Amino acid sequence: MNFDESPEEAAYRAKVRAWIAENAPDMSGLTATERRQWHDKHKDVARVWQATKAAAGYACISWSPEWGGAGGTAIEEAIFGQEELRAGLQFNYFRTGLDMLLPALMEHNKDEASLARVPSAVRGEEIWCQLFSEPASGSDSAGVRCAAVRDGDSWVINGQKVWNSGAQIADYGMLVARTNPDVPKHKGLTVFWLDMKTPGVEVRPIRMMSGDNELNEVFLTDVRLPDSQRVGEEGGGWKVIITTLMNERASLGSGTGLNWRDIIALAAETPSFDGPAIEDPAFREWLADLYVDAEAIRLLSFRTLTSLSKGATPGPEGSAGKLLWSNLAQNLTDKALDLLDHAGLMDDPDEATMNGAFQHRFLWAPGLRLGGGTDEIMKNIIAERVLGLPGDIRVDKNVPFREIPNGR
Amino acid sequence: MNFDYTDEQKALKDEARRFLAAVSPLTVVRAALDNPAEGYDKALWARIGEQGWCGAAIPEEFDGIGMGYVELCALAEELGRSLAPVPFASTVYQFAEALLLAGSPEQKAELLPQVAGGSLIGTLAVSEGPGVLAPDRIATRFADNKLTGVKLPVTDGLAADRAIVLAQSDRGPGLYLVDLTSEGVERSLVSTIDPTRGEAQITFANAPAQPLGTPGEGLTLLSRIQDRAAILVAFEQLGGADRALEMARDYALERYAFGRPIGSYQAIKHKLADVFIRNEVARANAYYGAWALSTDAPELPLAAAAARVAGSNAYLLASRENIQTHGGIGFTWEADCHFFYRRARHLGLILGAPRDWKRRLADRLEQRVALEGQQP
Repeated sequence: MNFDESPEEAAYRAKVRAWIAENAPDMSGLTATERRQWHDKHKDVARVWQATKAAAGYACISWSPEWGGAGGTAIEEAIFGQEELRAGLQFNYFRTGLDMLLPALMEHNKDEASLARVPSAVRGEEIWCQLFSEPASGSDSAGVRCAAVRDGDSWVINGQKVWNSGAQIADYGMLVARTNPDVPKHKGLTVFWLDMKTPGVEVRPIRMMSGDNELNEVFLTDVRLPDSQRVGEEGGGWKVIITTLMNERASLGSGTGLNWRDIIALAAETPSFDGPAIEDPAFREWLADLYVDAEAIRLLSFRTLTSLSKGATPGPEGSAGKLLWSNLAQNLTDKALDLLDHAGLMDDPDEATMNGAFQHRFLWAPGLRLGGGTDEIMKNIIAERVLGLPGDIRVDKNVPFREIPNGR
Repeated sequence: MNFDYTDEQKALKDEARRFLAAVSPLTVVRAALDNPAEGYDKALWARIGEQGWCGAAIPEEFDGIGMGYVELCALAEELGRSLAPVPFASTVYQFAEALLLAGSPEQKAELLPQVAGGSLIGTLAVSEGPGVLAPDRIATRFADNKLTGVKLPVTDGLAADRAIVLAQSDRGPGLYLVDLTSEGVERSLVSTIDPTRGEAQITFANAPAQPLGTPGEGLTLLSRIQDRAAILVAFEQLGGADRALEMARDYALERYAFGRPIGSYQAIKHKLADVFIRNEVARANAYYGAWALSTDAPELPLAAAAARVAGSNAYLLASRENIQTHGGIGFTWEADCHFFYRRARHLGLILGAPRDWKRRLADRLEQRVALEGQQP
């Protein structure tokens, strides 16, 4: 039971901390709004930062140099990520590509031209988005209706995707399509990658309840792709999807954003019934419960680091971290607005406490509980893969996709 | 970085689990439940004493094994898992810790070897009836080396040979060591929600006693003892919560309703996933407490409160939902579910209720934030 790093790990941390301090981008010239994710100015900073990291061997640390990585270890990558967060550097633009999609591309596609995409993505020159979800599928990830039909050495794709994070700024995407509707749903899927400028691809941003435009709908009309852009076997798409989703869930549980220190600071300066809100016994009891969850998220990351430093892969119990983190974000912001009383209404960055961060996060928090696996799906994962309870009864399991009933 | 037990500690824990499975199956717990006048299992207590567990964290100079606190945490987790009906928490986490923290050389030399060898049962007598114990609500008095007052409830109060008693004196609240077999001490059994852990009322009428630690600093010392005990109890809570979850899981796999195992229904799966998450929160906070205890880190008070709150929350939920998952059978005396439900509440209250510890946790968080604010 110790938090001591091995001498090598400690030396690496000291080295990267110094490097980050020297090279971190200066965001002081950006306004509060411009510092938010998906704002163009924020994205420009992120691109420069990614290129800087890549040049110094700090991008995709655990990947081999042939892919633009640094040939380092998973623990080094985790240490670097922690130090980035510590320095307030949190950029999401490249995560979908680098954490999820490109590892799947490297694993399942051996085409040289396809693989040539990878190093430039590592350098931050290309942003990738995931084109998996569909309006009718939701958590039923295999319920794909977007169709790909073979035409010689090409595929012609028609359909619609949705909830595509970053598709509005993405250069490339990875897409799953149904290539055989006459077999059960998991068996007729095939994955492709594509240039988002391919004729027939239309991206329509979705405005979220928080006002952000991170997510999109993507319409595909007679999109023609060469077979060399197929990722994995024809009909083997489910395997590729699983590779990416496991990577996604492992990276989502890290727990960032507003935390207990922020709510204590708010409660200390917000007047309540008899003095500041922090003196309210009901608030203090609530704070204690919040803190043990927040601590658990932090400490579970040490458990993950422990596994990584032993060379083991963290297991599905990491789903607990994602659930805790997304629910904590919602509980914390709910409470913040409650403390602020009528002033909790204001999300104008110039008027609101902490530039409206609580309000913005309040409106974003429901999405955290949905994206990357809903609470319900995460609980299924824990129940089935950790506790060993039976899978849900699936009435569509052995039915050809064409015959599966569908509602709206 | 190893935020986990070491391989040696895991081996110790596995060995403890095998041992307890053999000597303390739930039939032993049931026998204790059916014999509340005893309040613990004497034969089992002797076996545990023979293993040297009582001296796990007691230094060798006092005949302990001096393994360390993480090892004691590992044992606590297994004792909690087995629900062993023994006065281990009173004797080892509280009485021995009090002696180690504040005992005079003579007190330590006399008592710690007996604790380490398993021949002496000790307890802490703090409570005086309902409500949170505030400094001005301590009615027990110490004067002229004599104690007078009533303590209620005292865990293992009937079984114990010695007690450390919180009492007022001219110099403020203090802790006092009492031989419970001496003149002026009367003890009676108190019926409790967990009869596998005996509770007593102890009346002191001019009972001879000697100070433990500096008189007037009793509450500070008590707080330090309770912090250390809170971490160890958190491991008992974690062990119990894990086992309650496993029981519920196993039952959900074997019990069929409407033609399928009830564990295939999402209502049950999600309920048990919620329990798992609470247990993970308890585990993470308990491990942090174990680290703080074993290194005597400045974070100990905060880590202790967090471990206590998380451990209490987890065990309450796990034991409650275990009964719920079992349905009607889970509510019967014959089923084993109620052992965990009782013990969860027992462990949740013996060191002060979760509500009280949430208050302490908030105080300590504020202190932490204030300290951080002073740092450059």
